[in-house]
Amino acid sequence: MKQLFLIFFAAMLVNNILLIRFLGLCSFFGISQTIENSLSMGFAVMFVMTMATLVTWPLYHYLLKPFNLIYLRTLTFVLIIASLVQFVEMFMKKTAPTLYHALGIFLPLITTNCAILAATFLTIDYGYSLVQTLIYSLGVSAGYIFAITIFSSLRQKVNHAPIPRFFKGYPIAFILAGLLSLSFLGFVGMFGLQL
Amino acid sequence: MLAKWEDFTNGLIRENPIFRLMIGLCPALAVSASAPDALGMGLATLFVLVGSNFCISLFRRQITNELRIPIFIVVISTFVTIIDYVMAAFFLSLHRSLGVYVPLIVVNCLILGRAEAFAYHRTTLSSVLDALGMGTGFTLAILLLGCIREILGNGTLFHTPVISLQFEPIILLILPPGAFLVIGFLIAGLNALSSKGAGK
Repeated sequence: MKQLFLIFFAAMLVNNILLIRFLGLCSFFGISQTIENSLSMGFAVMFVMTMATLVTWPLYHYLLKPFNLIYLRTLTFVLIIASLVQFVEMFMKKTAPTLYHALGIFLPLITTNCAILAATFLTIDYGYSLVQTLIYSLGVSAGYIFAITIFSSLRQKVNHAPIPRFFKGYPIAFILAGLLSLSFLGFVGMFGLQL
Repeated sequence: MLAKWEDFTNGLIRENPIFRLMIGLCPALAVSASAPDALGMGLATLFVLVGSNFCISLFRRQITNELRIPIFIVVISTFVTIIDYVMAAFFLSLHRSLGVYVPLIVVNCLILGRAEAFAYHRTTLSSVLDALGMGTGFTLAILLLGCIREILGNGTLFHTPVISLQFEPIILLILPPGAFLVIGFLIAGLNALSSKGAGK
C-alpha cells in the first residue's frame, strides 16, 4: 500500500510529466489559454492514458515478450494508441454525447501527445506490475491536470501584466513554466524520492 | 538550382523548427542539459527525418490519402527503431542518458509535420534537402541550448572545463527549470534581433 502511494506521489509531483520530464509540451502551451480548456484536456489525457497503459501492458508482457518481438514495441504502441483514440472517440459519440462534446476536440490531439506514449514506455522500463501500472498512469495524469491548471491560471494573470514587448507570447510563457518547474523541484527529496 | 538550395536553407533560420515554428519542443528541452546529449538527440532526429522524408516522397503516389497517417507512422517508427538499436549497440552511454526520449522521437511533431506538409507533395530530392535543412536547424538549435546550459550550469563544454575555477556554476540551468528559462530568454532575444533588423 505504501509502495503504491509512493508510485502515485512520485509520478504526480516529483517527476511531473510536464514540468520535470518535458513531455506533452505542445498541448501544454497550445491549450492552456483558458482554465476550462486545460481541464477538459487534462481529463481527456487521464482517460486515454489509463486506457492506453492498461492495453499496452498485457500486450507487451503476453504477446511481444514471449514471441521475442520486443523490437516491434515502438511501432505497435504508437499504432495501438492511435487506433484506441479513434475507437474511444466513436464509442463516446454514440454512448455519451455530452462527454463527447466536452472532450471531443481534444481527443484527436492526444494521438500525438508524447505524454501518453512515454507513460506506456516508462511502465515497461520500470518493470511495474499491472496494478502498479494503473496507479502510475493515474498519478502521471493527475500531475498533468494539476500542472496545466495552475499554469493556465497564472497565464491569464500574465496576459494583463505590463511586460517587455519582446517577451510577449511564448517567451514569457516559457519563463513562467520555468518558475513553476522550479517550485515543483521542491518536492524532490520528500519520502526519499529522487528525480 | 536556387529553388533546391532554398529547400535546404529554409529550415536553418527562417523556419527553424524550435525557435520559429515551436515544434519538437519536448526533446529540445528534455535532453539539452549537456552538449553531447543534445548533439546525439539532434543527429538521431536528423537521421529519422531524412529517412522518413525519403521513403514517403518516393512512394507518395502509392500512398492513398485516407491511409496516409498510419503509413507515415509505420515508416517513422521503423526508422526510430533502427536508430534506437544502432545507438544501443554503438553508443551505449549516450543511449542510457537519452533514455525514453529515443523511442519518443516517433511522436516528435517535426517529423510527422514534414512528412505531411512537404514530403507527401514534393519530389524525392526536394524532400531529402528539406529534411536535411530542417534536421540541421533542429540539431543546431538543440546544440545551442545544450552548450549554453552546459557552460553556465556546469562550467564545461563537451565534458572539458572551459570556465575558470572562480566562476560558480549556475546549477539551476542544468536542472529542468533551466531549460524553460534559457529557451524563453533565447526566443525573446531572437524577437528583439529580428524586429531590429526589420526596423532598418
